[in-house]
Amino acid sequence: MSIAQATPQVTTPTAVQAPVDQSKLAEKISIRNLNFYYGDSKALKSISLPLYGGLVTAFIGPSGCGKSTLLRILNRMYDLYPNQRADGEVLLDGENLLSPKQDLNLLRARVGMVFQKPTPFPMTIYENIAFGIRLYERLPKADINDRVESALRRAALWEEVKDKLMANGLSLSGGQQQRLCIARTVAVRPEVILFDEPCSALDPISTAKIEELIDELKEDYTIAIVTHNMQQAARVSDYTAFMYLGELVEFGPTSKIFTTPNDPRTQDYITGRFG
Amino acid sequence: MNPLYGRRKRKNAIAMTLSLLATAFGAGWLVLILGVLLWQGFSGLSLQVFTEMTPPPGSDGGLLNAIFGSVVLTALAVLIGTPIGILAGTYMAEYGRHSMVTTVVRFINDILLSAPSIVVGLFIYEVMVAPMGHFSGIAGAVALAVLVIPVVVRTTEDMLLLVPNPLREAATALGMPRVNVIRHVCYRAASAGMLTGVLLAIARISGETAPLLFTALNNQFWSTNLNAPMSSLPVVIFQFALSPYADWQKLAWTGALIITFTVLALSITARALAGSRKTS
Repeated sequence: MSIAQATPQVTTPTAVQAPVDQSKLAEKISIRNLNFYYGDSKALKSISLPLYGGLVTAFIGPSGCGKSTLLRILNRMYDLYPNQRADGEVLLDGENLLSPKQDLNLLRARVGMVFQKPTPFPMTIYENIAFGIRLYERLPKADINDRVESALRRAALWEEVKDKLMANGLSLSGGQQQRLCIARTVAVRPEVILFDEPCSALDPISTAKIEELIDELKEDYTIAIVTHNMQQAARVSDYTAFMYLGELVEFGPTSKIFTTPNDPRTQDYITGRFG
Repeated sequence: MNPLYGRRKRKNAIAMTLSLLATAFGAGWLVLILGVLLWQGFSGLSLQVFTEMTPPPGSDGGLLNAIFGSVVLTALAVLIGTPIGILAGTYMAEYGRHSMVTTVVRFINDILLSAPSIVVGLFIYEVMVAPMGHFSGIAGAVALAVLVIPVVVRTTEDMLLLVPNPLREAATALGMPRVNVIRHVCYRAASAGMLTGVLLAIARISGETAPLLFTALNNQFWSTNLNAPMSSLPVVIFQFALSPYADWQKLAWTGALIITFTVLALSITARALAGSRKTS
């Protein structure tokens, strides 16, 4: 797609999300006294914060502050690696997902994740999406086709790929690949979607599209996003958590964090004095 | 001219001449070998080679039973060795990446990879041929399978280790069970490389003589019985080339040509596959 075609479609999300009615907030995920260890080194120190249902929460902070680590706890991704462990509580709808009894595959079907680099599977565009659906549901072919189409529409990719669903997912551009990954995640019908720096490998136009998408997706999903880009955090999130050296420094409505932060470290970071 | 610069230039010229000579020396022998092979092999090549059995000295014949035996032994060896090799490589790269077992198996596998094939032949002689009381095609296939396994283990592990971790994480993040991640995502991403490994293994065993001398032995006649001695190209070449009969020697050259071209075709296919993986 040329820039000339793309530009009019992109509407920049409002500079800062409108304040949220505090009384209607429901905690979808509650993180309580969470500690995390890579071997002997402690990467997260007693983190407690809520993720509200139907809202976007952004994790910001300098590299190595633990924001990606925190995100990867929410779907137990760290379980893939030995010597990584968490203690404390992370409640998803009231149930501790750190419990050893938690079925990891079911958890990951409920809590989806989009990664920093687009990671399409080495198969067709259609299969990339149908594959996840078939993992948990046995559907007739026509229903799968519908689900693939609606997922691609949801990720604003349908118009670009509807004529080449059987092409390899790797043949798409970087921005399209990332939207394919979002479509793949949405197709499984999760309740929470985690974004780990989803735009850091993308150009500005693709970035704007993804941000727009996140804004639309929050109607149906609870969203957490890790980002290095503070303007992005300000644009897409309702709540922001600022982390530094494994600690949660400040958490609050995005509008407040970016205008009148309580902690001087937050102030220094968002004004670009360090990080 | 600056004397220092002149000396450097002379040194450069000497070094370049020496490396050129060494290359020419090495490549020269290779060209000679291939040239003699082509010259001798082609002159004996005819339809008869592919349609008639190995002859007694002094009469006409072909290599049909040897070609058939080689194909059967190689195919069986690949059928036995590939699943074992792929499963072992999968364990090492996916399940036991950080385990002690993997380190030990990798070390042993590397030894096996460069073990003299005659040792493998003697081993199978001891465990199969001696207890069975006779040479057999199946013993030959097992001996070749033992040579296939380390090659396939090595390439499978290497190729799976090249599959980027984010791809595994992405599949896992969809709630995909481990076995599906490996089968549908990792194998698919590594398939060209793994296939290359199998082709390389075929190339390696198709010229092996020593392990077959102790196991499948040879058979002058057409035989499809795996429980009986079976003919194969390398063993026939070995026997015919050492014989005093001119027509046998000629057939040996032709057999060598057939093996060389088969291996060449396999290597080219393997390279093409590996290349297509890089560009995709």
